[in-house]
Amino acid sequence: MPHDHADHPHSHLPSDPALRVKALETLLTDKGLVDPAALDEIIDLYQNKIGPQNGAKVVAKMWADPDFHAQMMADPMPVLREMGLYGRQGEHMVFVENTDETHNMVVCTLCSCYPWPLLGIPPGWYKSDAYRARSVRQPRKVLEEFGVTLPEGQKVRVWDSTAEVRYLVVPQRPAGTEGMSEAALAELITRDSMIGTALAKEPGLQEGGA
Amino acid sequence: MTWCGGKPEPAFDAPWHAQLFALTVALNEAGHFGWPDWAERFGATLKAHGLAKELDGGEDYFNAWLETLEGFLQDLGLAEAAVLRDLKEGWTRAYLNTPHGAPVHLAAGEAAG
Repeated sequence: MPHDHADHPHSHLPSDPALRVKALETLLTDKGLVDPAALDEIIDLYQNKIGPQNGAKVVAKMWADPDFHAQMMADPMPVLREMGLYGRQGEHMVFVENTDETHNMVVCTLCSCYPWPLLGIPPGWYKSDAYRARSVRQPRKVLEEFGVTLPEGQKVRVWDSTAEVRYLVVPQRPAGTEGMSEAALAELITRDSMIGTALAKEPGLQEGGA
Repeated sequence: MTWCGGKPEPAFDAPWHAQLFALTVALNEAGHFGWPDWAERFGATLKAHGLAKELDGGEDYFNAWLETLEGFLQDLGLAEAAVLRDLKEGWTRAYLNTPHGAPVHLAAGEAAG
């Protein structure tokens, strides 16, 4: 952090890629191809406003409301549009539901396709080679590394997201959550549980247990 | 490899990751390229980089992203390599010419050249 050596009075020089991004931004702005204010808005949106809480709200409502659930499983797009959860990288969503028979998990083997409007920006591990390659070949092993051990009889189905279709896992509703409000249910639904690398939290467990 | 589920992570680890992400999204939205074309190119870069080492999804992921965007914009005729190189040099000089703590403007890198 300290950078006030007397012999280096100039500004801290950004990294090579950071300077290349500045060059791109300067050129594209000068050409009128992008608007710096729009860039700031995009960053603010994904840094501060959009995140897994959006997806959790939807899943909690699916748990609580059978009609809503049926609608989302049939065609979620009209409802998502109505809820304002439509847009960039969420134009075509498919919800895949965990059952006693099948556990679902989502990957993007091509790059890092991910439902931004519902989950925000993907975590580093989702973008890593380790996850992208291995979740298809050894899903159970990967799940174990996440601390998820599935019953023997439960199959694992891996969904490969693309630039066109994005998947969201609907985790199983934990026992002992009858009568809980949607807001309380949403607290149990983590980002990882909607990627399929975790289960929904048990009620009564405090944050940080995962 | 740690998967680390617990604590919330920032959406972007470095400001340039966020800037690069926003530039790409803005260009896509302005209609300069389609997202499937972008994803295909980006996937190809990741694959090429992943041959040499296992990518961790952090800095190396955005390095691949940057290389893809630079190449794509050159192919589309929207950003010429030589111009980008000059601008990068200009920014480098600007940082070196600007006293620590003061805002850095590209103009500070132009006069010296």
